[in-house]
Amino acid sequence: MIEAVPPGLILIAGACVVPFLRGPLRAAFMLALPLLGFWQLMQITPGTYVETRFFDYTLVLFQVDRLSLVFGYVFFLAVLISLIYAMHITDTVQQVAGLVYAGAAICAVFAGDLITLFAFWELTAIASVFLIWAVRTERSFKVGMRYLIIQVGSGVLLLSGAVLIVADTGSIAFGHIGIDSLGGKLILASFGIKAAFPLLHNWLQDSYPEATVTGTVFLSAFTTKLAIYALARGYAGTEMLILVGAAMTAFPIFYAVIENDLRRVLAYSLNNQLGFMVVGIGIGTELSLNGTVAHAVAHIIYKALLFMSMGAVLYRTGTMKGSELGGLYKSMPWTTGFCIVGAAAISGFPLFSGFVTKSMILSAAAEEGYWFTWAVLLFASAGVFHHSGIKIPFFAFFAHDSGKRVKEAPANMLLAMALAAALCIYIGVNPAPLYVILPFAVDYTPYTVGHVIASLQLLAFAALAFAVLIRYGFYPLETPSTNLDSDWIYRRLLPKWIAGLARGLRDAGAELDRWREASLRYLLGRVFHYHGPRSVMARTWPVGGAALWVMVLLGGYLVVYYL
Amino acid sequence: MKQGERKYWLDRPGSAGKVFWALCVLCGLLFFADALYEKHPTFAVEAWFGFYAIFGFFFSVGLVLSAKELRRLLMRKEDYYD
Repeated sequence: MIEAVPPGLILIAGACVVPFLRGPLRAAFMLALPLLGFWQLMQITPGTYVETRFFDYTLVLFQVDRLSLVFGYVFFLAVLISLIYAMHITDTVQQVAGLVYAGAAICAVFAGDLITLFAFWELTAIASVFLIWAVRTERSFKVGMRYLIIQVGSGVLLLSGAVLIVADTGSIAFGHIGIDSLGGKLILASFGIKAAFPLLHNWLQDSYPEATVTGTVFLSAFTTKLAIYALARGYAGTEMLILVGAAMTAFPIFYAVIENDLRRVLAYSLNNQLGFMVVGIGIGTELSLNGTVAHAVAHIIYKALLFMSMGAVLYRTGTMKGSELGGLYKSMPWTTGFCIVGAAAISGFPLFSGFVTKSMILSAAAEEGYWFTWAVLLFASAGVFHHSGIKIPFFAFFAHDSGKRVKEAPANMLLAMALAAALCIYIGVNPAPLYVILPFAVDYTPYTVGHVIASLQLLAFAALAFAVLIRYGFYPLETPSTNLDSDWIYRRLLPKWIAGLARGLRDAGAELDRWREASLRYLLGRVFHYHGPRSVMARTWPVGGAALWVMVLLGGYLVVYYL
Repeated sequence: MKQGERKYWLDRPGSAGKVFWALCVLCGLLFFADALYEKHPTFAVEAWFGFYAIFGFFFSVGLVLSAKELRRLLMRKEDYYD
């Protein structure tokens, strides 16, 4: 019986019922959905469960293996945490959108073929945009449109690639794809957009900070990690991804240092964390792939925790600008504490979740001899501590006192943060239960003396660097500003070019009109000259002249006749 | 600060300095912790005394200072796109 329903459909079907329920009943119903889904996954074993015919092809709607199962677990966990965090809102649009979005992502994870994957890939895009539009401002509408165009574009690439692959191989099954065929390249581009590869990334930093307080928590969990899952299935061991991932870990942290909107700082650090996972996929060994999956699990939880803590600040103070915040530890002590746990987890402090997962990827890079990648990842580890570990808590809760005195976050938000924080610590202290569910058998010990001391040295001295720069006034002040990123290309450059092109075409058109008019005028002038009332052709000719012309004609005729 | 509000330790003059110096002491201890255990380096640089400490400090300073310089190139007014 439980095998008959793809787990994501529980959320999507549940979302259809939500509008008809009210009050506590609705809340209880929504919370029951992820619990039911999680319970279902606990019962299920790897295998293929739901198939249906679609023209000549077999769509596999529910297929389970060890890779998809981990993502299924953590997605349901993320839904539960996000729902608790959003329990105080009564906006039906956000509730339905959140459930459909998460359900679509889970359906995509358990899809066994490219067509099913495509369908749910697009559904995540369409459902999630409502979490941005739910802010209900003109700004959010524009951001949502940009987000939607890019997300749907990713789906179109996926479908084009799938069509080419079907034409080549005759199979729509979603397994290893690789970049040898054109179809494989198109699908990589599609996954790359959602995984926020460098230069394809900016939809993330553009849109996530503009969603609602609770919407961002939903968004942070699913779209990008679905892409990581898809990359791990289709492109494991694709060496190019090592470079792409290393670039992803490094360049967003420069932006994160100078960004003023703290949720946007988190979006940049999300991008950086995805880089670690992409490197793991590129290396493609059992250790590195385990590392990628484990890091995705830890990341979903601590990133949600960080977005929740910043969301609570936004909810209470109405602003997310580092330049306007500070000193909130006095009025939001619990939120401060939870934020610090999330910060410690993302930074990879020993005893927190990031430590036991990120280190697998670094070790894999070192083992395979990628010294440059290893050094970049080390730099990115110091960098992520810098902006997510220190900057976020420091400028929101400490720094100079902004004078803001607000209430502590609502109880449901605190509960959700407490749950996530507990998981960050639990995984860090006791990684075995996480290691057991990874795709491959784990033979890895994160807690060695050398490793712990190395991590503590790296982090403590990165903190020291921050402290020295702040103390002696070298740290760039939080300033209200916009920083140019690749979205400048489609928000400024392209519109400018298109406007320029349109102006050029208009000018050329006007010139063409002028030329046509002038030549017409000339033509008419000549016609008037020869055929006008006073022209040669309009003159009256004498009879003698006419007789002469008749003679010439007849003479000509005679000559022709005799020839 | 509002009248009658609870006094916080961090607000006292000198507290920030104490945090700073405590961090310095902690860093010193961690730096010399390298003497206490046997290293198993994958790369030769890892065997350097205090490699991770030096790496962490200098790359962090480099990160912040270069990001600060990047502002000249990237920073625009808040309403740039509006």
